[in-house]
Amino acid sequence: MIYMDHSATTPVDKRVLDFMLPYFGEKYGNASSLHSLGQEAKKAIEEARVKVAKVIHADPSEIYFTSGGTESNNFAIKGVSFADKDKGKHIITTKIEHDCVLNTCKWLEKRGFEVTYLDVDKHGLIDIGDLESSLREDTILVSITHANNEIGTVQDMEEIGKTVKESNAYLHTDAVQSVTKLPVDVKKMRLDMLSISSHKIFGPKGVGCLHIRKGVKLDPLAHGGGHEGGLRSGTENVSGIVGFGEAMKIGEEERPKAMPRLQKLRDKIMDNVLKIDNTWLNGHPQKRLPINANFSFKFIEGESLVLLLDAKGIEASTGSACSSKSLKPSHVLLAIGLKPEEAHGSLRLTLGKDNTEKDADYLLEVLPEVVSELRKMSPFKKDYGEFE
Amino acid sequence: MYTQKVIDHFMNPRNKGKPREYDAVGKVGNPICGDVMYIYIKVNGNRIENIGWETMGCAAAISTSSMITELARGKTLEEAEKITKKDIADALDGLPPIKMHCSNLAADGLKKAIENYRKKVEK
Repeated sequence: MIYMDHSATTPVDKRVLDFMLPYFGEKYGNASSLHSLGQEAKKAIEEARVKVAKVIHADPSEIYFTSGGTESNNFAIKGVSFADKDKGKHIITTKIEHDCVLNTCKWLEKRGFEVTYLDVDKHGLIDIGDLESSLREDTILVSITHANNEIGTVQDMEEIGKTVKESNAYLHTDAVQSVTKLPVDVKKMRLDMLSISSHKIFGPKGVGCLHIRKGVKLDPLAHGGGHEGGLRSGTENVSGIVGFGEAMKIGEEERPKAMPRLQKLRDKIMDNVLKIDNTWLNGHPQKRLPINANFSFKFIEGESLVLLLDAKGIEASTGSACSSKSLKPSHVLLAIGLKPEEAHGSLRLTLGKDNTEKDADYLLEVLPEVVSELRKMSPFKKDYGEFE
Repeated sequence: MYTQKVIDHFMNPRNKGKPREYDAVGKVGNPICGDVMYIYIKVNGNRIENIGWETMGCAAAISTSSMITELARGKTLEEAEKITKKDIADALDGLPPIKMHCSNLAADGLKKAIENYRKKVEK
């Protein structure tokens, strides 16, 4: 099997797994316990906090462990909104955010907050001037994803940071897709908050963190025994946290070698897939995650494409409505200007460290055949025809 | 998510493609929704002698296109137009609930093809 869906999830790195295993059966202490077993767990959590902080150039005290990206994004957005609701009720985000950001914003809109959803251009980039003119006195938060999970477009976070710093608003970024793939520096980007998920970086599922800059006040989502500085109560997921810390360390250490290799492989895939007729690239040609390629193939539908690729041993994903629970095509592809019928025929390939040259060659052999097979079945060959 | 039968008809679709000779076509669906089906019929006397299809859509859309050709071939027009969405889904051992309406278009496509055939004959 060739796995090319690393933006969905990744396998746990063997070294990470080995690092975690003692924390299930032997070192199972509750970090709040006074005895040595508890203190051993506490120490392990603090070591993981140091590892995570180092990668993003933060202070360990600014790292708050959570259950992952969705919780971190909810925590950042709701946490600031509730803490700062007397300062203002305006939030700025973009039209291409992950559902966990968009649906949190929609939920807040029902509770009296006002949200501006910034447009993006055909490559998925926001316009800094747009952001600037959307900032108001009562804007309390700007939340913009660093690298988009579907089309891989990378926003200029330093520019965004500079712009937001001129205002009263806090800046949050979802860095779930970019950490360990791109340099991420909370100081250079002037971030107040940043979300990370462990299972996207060869760590275990169910763990992640929110970075909260010192001095930024958030209301907690979960109240209880006062864990994580009183901001995220609940007994810590010790094995998960230590695995996450180790995955961050390994990912960042390997980044300088791994990413150029994967980018080269991705470029080879991009160059060759784009030779298929009626096919184009979604997202920015250069400002994109080194592991991401996203294509649209006209006249076919993405779920069929993904299932036929799966039958040939290649795991990928699509922004087609037919593969989603909502039966709506990807809001990201629509936001960059694709027509619904074009959004249905999309394919996302996201590489990871296990992918080889041989995998890319096999994909390039199989994909054109599968596309052609589906197009032969399709009533459309040159255009979408006319419909009553 | 899909039954073995759906996967079988999706991976090995029966009677796919536009037949060389046909009397009428039924076009259903909409590219905006992601599923479009063209059902082609060749009628001999009052019976469906040949049936083929062209479909853009998900595995449910393709497998239902394939299945209706097995259900309708050799049937009289009156018999064939009685085939329902449920008949097709049942013959495939079921479809995911969310796919029952959006992708299960083959019965509508066949009805439309029969309707178009009758209009043509009346002329």
